[in-house]
Amino acid sequence: MRLKIKRIKEVMGFNTLRLCMLVVVMILAVIFYDIFSKGAGIISWEFLTKPPVDGMTKGGIFPAILGTFFVTAITAILAVPLGMGCAIYLNEYARDNGLTRFIRLSIRNLSGVPSIVYGLFGVTLFVDMCHFGTSILSAGATLGLMTLPLTITASEEALKTVPRSYREGALALGATKWQSIRTNVLPFAIPGILTGTILGLSRAAGETAPILFTGAAFFLPDIPNSIFSQFMALPYHLYIMSTQHHNISLVRPIAYGTALVLIALVFLMNLVAVIIRYRLRKRGMAHG
Amino acid sequence: MDKKIRMKAKDVDFYYGPVQVLKRIDLDIFENNVTAIIGPSGCGKSTFIRLLNRMHELVSNARLEGSITLDGKDIMAPEVDPVEIRRKVGMVFQKPNPFPKSIYENIAYGLEVNGVRDRDFIEQKVVESLKKSALWEEVKTRLHESALRLSGGQQQRLCIARCLAIEPEVVLFDEPCASLDPISTHKVEALILELKKDYTIVIVTHNMQQAARVSDHTGFFYMGELVEFDKTEVIFTRPRDKRTEDYITGRFG
Repeated sequence: MRLKIKRIKEVMGFNTLRLCMLVVVMILAVIFYDIFSKGAGIISWEFLTKPPVDGMTKGGIFPAILGTFFVTAITAILAVPLGMGCAIYLNEYARDNGLTRFIRLSIRNLSGVPSIVYGLFGVTLFVDMCHFGTSILSAGATLGLMTLPLTITASEEALKTVPRSYREGALALGATKWQSIRTNVLPFAIPGILTGTILGLSRAAGETAPILFTGAAFFLPDIPNSIFSQFMALPYHLYIMSTQHHNISLVRPIAYGTALVLIALVFLMNLVAVIIRYRLRKRGMAHG
Repeated sequence: MDKKIRMKAKDVDFYYGPVQVLKRIDLDIFENNVTAIIGPSGCGKSTFIRLLNRMHELVSNARLEGSITLDGKDIMAPEVDPVEIRRKVGMVFQKPNPFPKSIYENIAYGLEVNGVRDRDFIEQKVVESLKKSALWEEVKTRLHESALRLSGGQQQRLCIARCLAIEPEVVLFDEPCASLDPISTHKVEALILELKKDYTIVIVTHNMQQAARVSDHTGFFYMGELVEFDKTEVIFTRPRDKRTEDYITGRFG
């Protein structure tokens, strides 16, 4: 009898967990299906390479794609080196005391700050104080700040997976700390760092709130010519097309097309992360 | 015949945070001798050996009192660079820890971080170290394969070769055979006996037979204290302390 109850509990537990997984997969599948079925029709070479025309009721989304690309590039230039440096310092050099634990906790908390707050902060710091104006630079820097906690955390986790024996082995051979990190720790942490970083960047690429006040434009006839230009961006364009346009129902397909391109972009970045990780892992001779 | 003292621990007290793990250690390490450190788990023997090349500094709340000298010079002195000490005092770890690089690169690594750029010299050193560590015959045809593909015993001998390549004066072995099978253990022990002609060796081991087989001097650590230190034959045949006798006769540990 007892055995039977145990068996029933086992089956129930297993099926409950499986149900949770299925619900999640279903939700994702529905979202993908919805966006794909409504957005795929409008995707064409022209849609990807031409600017919007006729009051944004026709034409393509090329400036938005380009804008998102530039802003994400600025984000990467800022967040990747700074985040990696910070993570290396925290994980390899800083002593494990109250102060570093507090710093770590603060960084974790920063990744929970709503993105609109970063947007406001970006206006104050970059647009006004640094006189970058509403521009690609301001928006990229704001997104960079927002991505930093993610980059730092991901990099630190990646560094933690490198066995202590690699560090000790190098130090015991008379390597300096930096030599051991550069030649015997970083090469094995890089795949993990890159994956985490690219995930962070792909999240940044899809953000609307932080670029809202810092440089994204409703509509621009020309593509940006410097990092101090305003720009159009995919997520913001999507927001405009679905809520701010004068004829929302007419431009609905464009909105869905934009969403599809954005998702494809994010997917592509994640794919790149997977490929990089796979290739580095193979080269790293079976580590991790 | 009195041998020359290479390293000397004097009045060493060592703490991790508030916990004292070593108490008043006085120990001499003689040139071209094998000094074995034995004792039950947690007695402080591994902690002690890591002081000898300042590896203890990797733990942030470690604190040391007393002095450890190499050829009469205090290795803990503030002006002494730990990198310099670790070049002179090499270490082989408990678990073989080859880097996930090729066999060749593993040995070249120590030379490269110490500023050697001459490829011919590195090549010559790689061969020489592999021969010294009795690994050459087994790996000479696959120097550029991953070191991780070697067996555990071969990996440990590679780690020894890697250590020898930078020409240390003292070599520390921290339970080098703990994860090896009997045949590999025998090879490493034979190697240690061979190496003592050119190097001064300290070996931590929980295996008393091993200490008896390879060492000239033995120190018995118990609960952070050096209970007894003498010639190995004395420790194993006429120990003065009751605790040493109990340990070597297998009554505890």
